[in-house]
Amino acid sequence: MVEQTLRYRDDAAVTDPAVSLSAFAEQSNAVAVRIEPGEDARALLPQLDRIALVEVNFPAYTDGRGYSAARILREHGYAGELRAVGDVLVDQLSHMRRCGFDSFAPNQPINADAAARAFATWPEVYQKTVDGRPAIWAKRHAL
Amino acid sequence: MYQYDSYDQAMVDARVAEFRDQVERRLAGEITEDQFKPLRLKNGLYLQLHAYMLRVAIPYGTLNSRQMRMLGDIADKYDRGYGHFTTRQNIQYNWIKLADAPDILADLASVEMHAIQTSGNCIRNTTSDQFAGAAADELVDPRPYAELLRQWSTFHPEFDYLPRKFKIAIIGSDTDRAAMKLHDIGIQLVRNDAGEIGCRFYVGGGMGRTPMIAPVIGDFVPPLQMISYLEACLRVYNRYGRRDNKYKARIKILVHEIGADEYRRQVQEEFAHILTLGLEPPPAELERIKGFFEQPGFETGLPDDIDLSDPDFALWVDQNTHAHKQPGYAIVTISLKPVGGIPGDASADQIRLMADLALDHSFDELRVTHAQNIVLPHVKKADLYAIWQKLDAAGLANANLDLIGDIIACPGLDYCALANARSIPVAQKISQRFADIGRQRELGELKLKISGCINACGHHHAGHIGILGVDRKGVENYQLLLGGSEGADTSLGTITGPGFNEDGIVDAVETATNVYLAQRTDGERFVDTFRRIGMAPFKEAIYG
Repeated sequence: MVEQTLRYRDDAAVTDPAVSLSAFAEQSNAVAVRIEPGEDARALLPQLDRIALVEVNFPAYTDGRGYSAARILREHGYAGELRAVGDVLVDQLSHMRRCGFDSFAPNQPINADAAARAFATWPEVYQKTVDGRPAIWAKRHAL
Repeated sequence: MYQYDSYDQAMVDARVAEFRDQVERRLAGEITEDQFKPLRLKNGLYLQLHAYMLRVAIPYGTLNSRQMRMLGDIADKYDRGYGHFTTRQNIQYNWIKLADAPDILADLASVEMHAIQTSGNCIRNTTSDQFAGAAADELVDPRPYAELLRQWSTFHPEFDYLPRKFKIAIIGSDTDRAAMKLHDIGIQLVRNDAGEIGCRFYVGGGMGRTPMIAPVIGDFVPPLQMISYLEACLRVYNRYGRRDNKYKARIKILVHEIGADEYRRQVQEEFAHILTLGLEPPPAELERIKGFFEQPGFETGLPDDIDLSDPDFALWVDQNTHAHKQPGYAIVTISLKPVGGIPGDASADQIRLMADLALDHSFDELRVTHAQNIVLPHVKKADLYAIWQKLDAAGLANANLDLIGDIIACPGLDYCALANARSIPVAQKISQRFADIGRQRELGELKLKISGCINACGHHHAGHIGILGVDRKGVENYQLLLGGSEGADTSLGTITGPGFNEDGIVDAVETATNVYLAQRTDGERFVDTFRRIGMAPFKEAIYG
């Protein structure tokens, strides 16, 4: 598999391999963890300060559990790298970014220009999420 | 009614541009049908048995005349001169060419309409009470809340790949005209003893192959926390709804399997967290939206008398009009169920006529009902006769609202790729069998609903008489259900026994009505008699 990661962070990339959630609980020096769709992202909350990378696996793009996992981590203050891996397609990038992902390791490489276009799809957004974009209602009422 | 501002318009325009690009890539062969399919489905474009079908969203079933006229023009320009109004208050076009789809979306966007999230495993178009803002029994106008919900659910980034599709209905009357408890989420706006408004959340209802009536999950959620509560309900579902079997993936299965109490507990926990995030639009936004739904400029002091000397007109007034909250006005329902017709179909000319009538006589407003009819919500009683004459000349004065001729039917195997059996011919035959309006009125309120497969788009579980088309060894077979209902007395129908062929099911329906006529007591509707005497007498008459 070609390793290709689209990364939208200024800090240095984490080189540690991500370990499974159960391994992470046992390895007190691990800084990178991967969570699978059925796993509870909240299990990581007590340890957020030692995590530099969370990979959220999408075995199939149609399984949307990872969007909630990402938002939950960001809502609880996780500021490290949040990477969507697996069946990640260009048409999902925009929503993933809105849910807090800031890097992407898709099975099939995505061209950086195509990704940039995907992020620019929506001129405005209706919801407040974790990406810092003001919702349309906030703009309407100058909040 | 609501009008887009530049933000709303920019969102639909962006969608048109995105889809135009996707269609061009598909037509040029740059992407495969497999890759294109999820993209077109996000825009309501299905590949059916004979052609593409486009499903256009009609948010909470509300339209102005300009929008309605556009729906007629699209039927002429891109389809075969017809549109089909659906059980989810939307409209479908059955003969669409892929290359035309972006132009249709652009035409829709020019009148503040779209096809966003009319398919796919996402939050679908929100439905509501077709009499909202007009009904005499209304407590709270649900439309501003429905619009808030529309905006919140549009391109929601967390909930675009749910386990399964997600349907929300919201009402503000005691009378439920939207089958609210048969939705993934039904919200009823209520008042408490202190006169405050709250949202009562029913979660986990649905039809399909496992019909369920939704339990109350949130008894009284403050309206200014409605969006946060929805986020909590959806998040629990997105995380824990089943994804191993598409037939067990709707939220009703989750709520049923873990139990309403446990689901409520999880929602409460998530809700408490979400309230800390400030996701709720401010009160000023709800006020802004409410400004679009202020009462139209009704005349006062109008008479309530109607000249009923024309007997056909009198019949129609009796059957197809409802009490309006404003004296001198009435709510008109135009039945799209002519004898032998296709339920919910209207020609382009009929659609434009209804648009004209709305402009001239109903403060520029129309509604689509989940029973596949059209409503003129604010009509002066003094105008009723003139309107009726115009409707009559256009074949739209069917005086059969809520009678056996007012059949709900899905498109069935005539169009739908999922169907097992045809629905339309059965609806047509029943409608012809009971063509005599005097006979229909003698039978009284009788809701007959037909689905061509287990997915239940024709709401057969909720019919006083329901019909389910199945495929039995390659032959169409029709099961009969009795005793379903929607609304305040929501119940699910029970199958009578072995199924029938197309003619047999029409006979069985007639036999069931004969049992009712023989057994009813004063004032009983069909469903009341069924509930009192049970299945046995019906079964005996039908199979005996």
